[in-house]
Amino acid sequence: MKKTYKIDVDCANCANKMEAAAKKTEGVKDAVVNFMTLKMTVEFEEGADPAAVMKQVAKNCKKVESDCEIFLK
Amino acid sequence: MSKKQKKNLIRIIVSAVLMAAFLFVPAEGVWRLLLFLIPYLIIGYDILMKAAKGVKNLQPFDECFLMAIATIGAIIIAVMGEGDYLEAIAVMLFYQIGEWFQSYAVGKSRKNISELMDIRPDYANIEKDGVLEQVDPDEVETGSVIVVKAGEKIPIDGVIIEGESVLNTSALTGESLPRDVMTGDEVISGCINMTGLLRIRTTSEFGESTVSKILDLVENASSRKSKSENFISKFARVYTPAVVCGALVLAVLPPLLMMLFGQNAGWGTWIYRALTFLVISCPCALVISIPLSFFAGIGGAGREGVLVKGSDCLEALAGTKTIVFDKTGTLTAGIFAVTAVHPEQADENTLLHMAAHVERYSSHPIAVSLREAYPDEHDDCEITDIQETAGCGVSAKVNGAAVCVGNLKMMQAVGAKVEQCPHKHTGTIIHVAKDGVYLGHIEISDRVKPTAKQAVEQLRQAGIRQTVMLTGDNAQAAQAAAEELTIDKVYSGLLPADKVTRVEELLNNRDSGIVAFAGDGINDAPVLTRADVGIAMGALGSDAAIEAADVVLMDDDPLKIAKAIRIARRCMRIVRENIWFSIGVKLICLVLGAVGLANMWIAIFADVGVMVLAVLNAVRAMMVKNL
Repeated sequence: MKKTYKIDVDCANCANKMEAAAKKTEGVKDAVVNFMTLKMTVEFEEGADPAAVMKQVAKNCKKVESDCEIFLK
Repeated sequence: MSKKQKKNLIRIIVSAVLMAAFLFVPAEGVWRLLLFLIPYLIIGYDILMKAAKGVKNLQPFDECFLMAIATIGAIIIAVMGEGDYLEAIAVMLFYQIGEWFQSYAVGKSRKNISELMDIRPDYANIEKDGVLEQVDPDEVETGSVIVVKAGEKIPIDGVIIEGESVLNTSALTGESLPRDVMTGDEVISGCINMTGLLRIRTTSEFGESTVSKILDLVENASSRKSKSENFISKFARVYTPAVVCGALVLAVLPPLLMMLFGQNAGWGTWIYRALTFLVISCPCALVISIPLSFFAGIGGAGREGVLVKGSDCLEALAGTKTIVFDKTGTLTAGIFAVTAVHPEQADENTLLHMAAHVERYSSHPIAVSLREAYPDEHDDCEITDIQETAGCGVSAKVNGAAVCVGNLKMMQAVGAKVEQCPHKHTGTIIHVAKDGVYLGHIEISDRVKPTAKQAVEQLRQAGIRQTVMLTGDNAQAAQAAAEELTIDKVYSGLLPADKVTRVEELLNNRDSGIVAFAGDGINDAPVLTRADVGIAMGALGSDAAIEAADVVLMDDDPLKIAKAIRIARRCMRIVRENIWFSIGVKLICLVLGAVGLANMWIAIFADVGVMVLAVLNAVRAMMVKNL
């Protein structure tokens, strides 16, 4: 399952770091951060609960880049 | 400007003014330090805070952390030395200016590009009890009747049931010539109704409409990352730690060696040089300029009616060496027309005249083309007894004379003796006989698009090494078209499955390079998917093609293929320029910094200056109008 979230981040390298952090999160199969459109597309592993996984993704992203925001719908 | 940008701009100005003003204050020692700490903290407090958070989260290569170390280090050196605090503040100041500029430029191009693609309709008009009501296009059900007034966008695909008008399709196709439409015509969403009032019966939901599909495609385009982007993000991951390690070595090793040889260690000098390293270590110029170039390139292409599905497609398109065309609908118009008239008896005009009359009521494509070739068909000749013989042709009485129009079989049936024609024919031959006497024949074939030849030439100029044409047509017709267009290789008589095989052969052949396939998308989906780059032409409304292709041309002008390649090539050139320029300048500054030729001012140029230049260069990728 794939979902797209709006994000807010200031620099392109920070976006790359977020992408790397999101990819490492458990339950995430793949993640792509698009800095130009400020969107994060997350592909979840089968059986993963997107809401719970995204909470963890947001937490991990905050760790690598304190000044970022993921808008969870 | 966003709120954040405004706030940061004010901080930059205040801190710059204070810094300049304090240069004239004759404070000494601790007072001087405290005085200069004011502009430093104004400009740098958020960086210092983020640096602290980074340390807490064990992120040692955080840019803020590096900036903090570099500037605090510079301040300490200044305290020990003669008190030149300017450098530390300036580094922070320029870093912030750079960040501000980047945020402004990116925001601006984001906005520009979304404006370029501003085709999203905001509402649909629905008539209820004679009153027009504006509703969300999402709520309109398939089969409803919507009203589009002059100046409004058509919100949903549909068929006109009342009214006629002129449509501006430029936002969709890049084509500036307006299109006339009238009752019964199909219209696509996103076009602007320029003159009359139209009533349209919708044929799809908003989410399935052309405009939604295109927006979806464009919005997701830059999520597919190119090799260059992946290279840069990998490079950035290695670059920063490497430079930081270099800085550590530079700070410690030379002074120790000096001490070992009994000389003055000069700790201050070497630490200062190490700090310049830290300033250069920020990878932002690289990381921002590459995706921005792609984003701008894709946006610019979209403006010209060339939809590119992702940065990776743009990259592949730029490297294309072989182009494979489908013939019908791509290089030829896919519409039959009279291309030759060879009378035996009578003259050309009479031949067309008779043929057109007999075919007066038929809707067969051949009949349509015959009528088009003789526009005065509606004269007062008397036409009776029209009879169609399946697989042979049509006969009728024109002013009392029995006229037969059809193939050889038909001629034999009426006993007309067909003369052998000395001309070489590539199309379909229609014979005409009057009262059993052979009059002559008319050749009908698919016409090459007027811009096709130019397109092939332009593609060659753009660096395409090989052009190939695939067609289901017979060899003669294919050869004739290929000769006219100067296509290198032709494969004719192919079934759709054969086309895939041919393209695969080309893909396996190393000399072919990257292979692009251009087709009209109606039955080419498998080939579009299989080729390195699938280009679907005139794909408005053909979902399968949009789905399968990498590049979608909104209209069916083959010149757009050449244009798409030129846009892609230029975009890639800008990307390469940015990569070489940013990495080059940084490396040079690192070397100069290590030997002591570059001070912090040069280091900050290597960081911020390069980024500003790279961003400005990237924005150029959007300007594709005259390409």
